[in-house]
Parts: sequence; C-alpha cells; structure tokens
Amino acid sequence: MLVYIIRRLIMLIPILFLVSFIAFFVIELPPGDWMTTYVSQLRASGIELSEQEAQRLSELYGFDQPMYARYLKWVQGIVLRGDFGWSFQWGKPVSEVIAERLPVTLAISLMALIFSWLIAIPIGIYSATHQYSFVDYLATFIGFIGLATPGFLLALILAWAVYEFFGFSALGLHSREYLDAPWSVAKVLDMLKHMILPLVIIGMSSAGSIIRVLRANLLDELKKQYVITARCKGMSEIQLLFKYPVRLALNPVFSTIGWLLPAIFAGEVLISIVLSVPSIGPLLLRSTLAQDTYLTGSIVLILSALTIFGTLLSDIYLAWADPRIRYGGLSR
Amino acid sequence: MQTTKNVLVEIEDLKVEFRLHEGTVHALEGVSLRIPQGRTLGVIGESGSGKSVTAQAIMGIIPSPPGKIVQGRVRLYLPENGSERVVDVTELPPNGAEIRQIRGKEISMIFQEPMTSFSPVHTIGDQIMEAIRIHYPEVSKKEARERTIEMMRRVGIPRPEQRVDAYPFQFSGGMRQRAMIAMALICHPRLVIADEPTTALDVTIEAQILELLQDLQKEFGMSIMYISHDLTVVGGIADEVVVMYLGLVMEQAATDELFDNPLHPYTQALWRSIPTIDGELERLSPIRGALPSPFAVHKGCPFYSRCEKRIPGVCEVSRPPMIEVRPNHWVRCFLYSE
Repeated sequence: MLVYIIRRLIMLIPILFLVSFIAFFVIELPPGDWMTTYVSQLRASGIELSEQEAQRLSELYGFDQPMYARYLKWVQGIVLRGDFGWSFQWGKPVSEVIAERLPVTLAISLMALIFSWLIAIPIGIYSATHQYSFVDYLATFIGFIGLATPGFLLALILAWAVYEFFGFSALGLHSREYLDAPWSVAKVLDMLKHMILPLVIIGMSSAGSIIRVLRANLLDELKKQYVITARCKGMSEIQLLFKYPVRLALNPVFSTIGWLLPAIFAGEVLISIVLSVPSIGPLLLRSTLAQDTYLTGSIVLILSALTIFGTLLSDIYLAWADPRIRYGGLSR
Repeated sequence: MQTTKNVLVEIEDLKVEFRLHEGTVHALEGVSLRIPQGRTLGVIGESGSGKSVTAQAIMGIIPSPPGKIVQGRVRLYLPENGSERVVDVTELPPNGAEIRQIRGKEISMIFQEPMTSFSPVHTIGDQIMEAIRIHYPEVSKKEARERTIEMMRRVGIPRPEQRVDAYPFQFSGGMRQRAMIAMALICHPRLVIADEPTTALDVTIEAQILELLQDLQKEFGMSIMYISHDLTVVGGIADEVVVMYLGLVMEQAATDELFDNPLHPYTQALWRSIPTIDGELERLSPIRGALPSPFAVHKGCPFYSRCEKRIPGVCEVSRPPMIEVRPNHWVRCFLYSE
C-alpha cells in the first residue's frame, strides 16, 4: 500500500510539468500580452509613451523573450525558490496575492462542504429508507431545486431577501463600519455573519446532488441479499443499516473528494462574484481577463495539482474502504 | 399428524398477499404445515409456488409493503426451562425486539446465492460471529472469534484460523456456501431454513453440501426446512415432503411414501418430468401448459388448467380439501374424495 502511494506521488511530477506547460501555453494563446494592454491603457489615458519607452518596459518585465524562455524561468522559480512569479495586475508577487485570499476561500469552502454533508447524508439516508414518504418527496423536491437552480441566481435572490427582510446587507465579508477597522471580536462575528449566506448557497448546490446520489445508491444496496442475511441474524434495523448498506452507499460520495479539493481551493466563482466574496475564484477570472500570465498560470497549476492529488486521495480512500480493490491491486 | 410435543413450527391456514401496482398476488392461499423437531421437512415447488414466502413468514421477514399476512398463524414451539414457549410470529411487530431474539438464535436461514449473501466489504469471520455478538453480548470478542473458527472448521473450511479474516470474494462458491452454513449454525438454532442452498453450485459441490447438512443435523439435532425445486435433492435429504403449487400445499407425506405412491396429479406429473438412471429410456413428459398468471384468482383447484385428470364442473368450481388418503399421507384433490 505504501509503495503504491509513493509510486503514485512520483507519477505526479511529470503530470504536473505537462499541466503547467499546457496552462502557460493556453494563456499565451490570445494575441497580445499584459504589456500591450498596459501600454494601450496608458496611451488611452493620455500619457505620451514612445515606442522606445514601451520597448524598455517590455524588456524590463521580460516580454521580449520567447515563450519557452519565460516558461522555463517561471518553472525554475517555482521549483527552486517556491516563487510563482510576479502579478502585473496587482504589483505584488503571485504567492502574496493568493495567500491573501486563501484563508477566506478555504474557510468558506470547507465549511460549505461539511455543511452540505451534514445536511445531505442524513436526508439521503432517510429518503432511501422511507422511499415515497412525504419527507422523501420533500427532500427530492429540495434536492432538485438545489441541483437545477443556478447558484448565482439563488445568491441574488437570497441576498435580496436577506436585505429586504432583515435589513442586513450580506454582500462582501465585512460591514462598512468594520472595513478598515482593526481585527476585533466584533469584526470576526460580523464576518461570520457575512459568511452564512455564501456557505448556505454553496452548500445547497452540492447537497442536492449528494442527496440524489446517496438515495439512489442506498436504494440499490437495501435490495441486496446481504441485507436480508443480516436481518436474519437478528440485527436491529438501525444497526444493520449503518453497518452494511450505508457504508457501501457512501463510497461514491467520499470517492469524489478528489474533485472537491480544487473546488475548495477556488470557491464558487459565480456565487463569489455575486456576493462579492474575495475568494480565489473571482481572482482567477479577473487575472485571465487581464492576461496576468503568471497569476493565472499559478492558479491553474495549483488547481491541477489539487485535482491530481485529490484523485490520489480518493483512490486511497477506496482502497481502504473496499477490500476488493485493495487485494485486487496487490495480486497484480 | 403429530401431537404438538415434537412439532417445532406449525403453520395454520396462512394467507399472504403482495399488493403490487399491477394487481394483487396471492402468494399463499391458506398454507398449513408442520416442521417436526430434529427432522427435515422438504418443500418442493416451482417458482411462484410460495415456498420461499412460507420461509419468509416463519422468519417474519416478508417484505412489507407490498407483502401482507392476511390470515393464519405461524406458531413456534420453543422449549424453555423444561416447559414450552409458544410464539406466534404473525403477531409480533416486524423487526421488533421479540422477533429479533428468535432470528439467528432459534431460527436461521441459508440462502441460494452465496455470492450476494455476504457483504463484500466485511470479513467472513466478522459476518459469522455477528450473530454471537448480537445474541450473546456477554461472550467476549476473542471467544466469539474462537467459536467462529471452530464452526468454520466444522463445516469443512480449510485453514479456518486464516480464512476467518478473508473476504467473501476470496472464497469459491462452495466455500462461501459452507461459510453461510457456519453463519447459520453459529448460535445452534433449532431450525435451519435452507432456501435452495445448492441451486447455484456444481453437482459435486451440491452433494458435499447436502452431506454436510445431514452430518450437522445429526450432531446438533436441529430441524431443517429444505426448500428446493429439485425432487431428487429433496428426496435425498428430507424425512417428510410437502408439495406446493401456487400458494397451496397439494400433497404431504413421508418421503418414501410420497416417492412410491404419488397421489396428486401434479406430483405425478412432476415425477414423470425427471429422468431416471436405471429406468427405461423414454421421452420425459413436461407438465403441459404454463404456470397461470400470478395475478389470477383461482376459485377451484389452481392446477385445474394443467391437470390431465381434471373433472370439469367439479375441480374449477370449488377448492378441493386436504384428504388423508393413507395414514399421514394428505392430498388436496377431488379424485380421492368420497
């Protein structure tokens, strides 16, 4: 098992190189670069900029070099110094820009994830064990709404509703009076209050699908013969339910942790934009629009790394949870 | 029939319906039978004859909904401290504490599919010892494990000390069925219901499993209810045989008597449909016609549409009663009424 994990980790390295190259290449594809945008912006605002001066700026930031050279320099910086490059747009190192937003992003994403599990797993189990009951229909209804309603629409509606009925502006992370205030208990409480809405909305959208998946799986498992076998041993229904079918039905839910990891890092882009939550998702969008090469490339690279690493985590989980996978792998 | 003294299970006029979307299936239409203590009752029937539903009724595991016991009794006579405790399974709440006390401890079940009857992600040992952990919580985990290994050895699983930690997919079909038997016997129940336990196995493995069941019965003295559609298998293992057709017991007698003197036209037709090794070479004659729709309601004899000896104007008008034609040989057929 350990050998397997190490082998998988080593295999990560070439994949990451490939991904980083593709990411960089794709960002470079559109004509022009950040410098041309910048120069034309300066000219548009009336600043006289000679061709020579533009050329000097371009050289200063390394835009005169061919793509592969800049790529190699970028990768070299990451590998040797953990330096993700410079964000032109923000005028800061990329790592700093990301680090500023990471705590809030992680907090909201993780809390939303746990929130969705806490809601969806009990509802899913109840729905399956009480199929076609009133609660099942209700859960199905809510689940479909969660699935079918775009998150940003829900965000708009709820943000309006909260403001209309509670007189509380849920946009952003801080109320106006705390924006520039130093950190205090009151400010933290205010921030937590602002986090509830994004949390509920993000949680709702994934809870819907978890309920559907869990319900369908559990209904399948409940029909299996081993459930009857266990019942024939005199096991109580609740004991039986959690020891056998629920355990098997939860596999697909937890085995998708791999895809959740990048989502946790990026946060929901549209919902975050609508609610003006300063998470990494909107950052990625804006940096791409501005052709802020290194910032975009770094975020895409981190997302890819997390996807691959998350897949590994899922595989390890599955091997741990299902002996058929564990022993099947060993015998080969 | 016997006195209640040596009867373990007594089913009386049991009617079970399944209310489905498409209509109501009358799975059992008044089944009465007795399972004697320490002996083997064979139950023969085609699919849809109600043999498995009868077993489910004894265990109290008829899926409900859609299943429903409409009428009748399922009495268990359980010896307890020198006296006898009578339990009517039909009166117990499904999955309540009382019936759970009986399941696995007094009555256990062996299923047809040894592949799917085990959870794929738990070890064989864990699933066998579970019944001990449920019914005898005072037994330590270590003791339960030792008993499990002992029982696995008893049912002929080689190297049980190692196999106890193996997973079901690491067992062959025959070994899995042995493990299933170990699981059923671990608490030394009074009755083991074997619902077509060898149907999914090779003929040679089948013979081994049957022999094992008979040995274990001699050793532990439990009753066996052996359900099968295979006449030769039932003839080999059962002391008494019940023949079922569409939710009714058609004939009931001691095994030898039934095989020598089949009285019901259905039983006779069944006998003609099996090949014999020493008999003359002749065409097997299948039972003519097809099984009626499960939704059909039969006012008279359910076998009427396929019977070669039917009496028009009699058989389809009212249901024939059970008649004791010879001592302890009962038949549900108008041919034998006065």
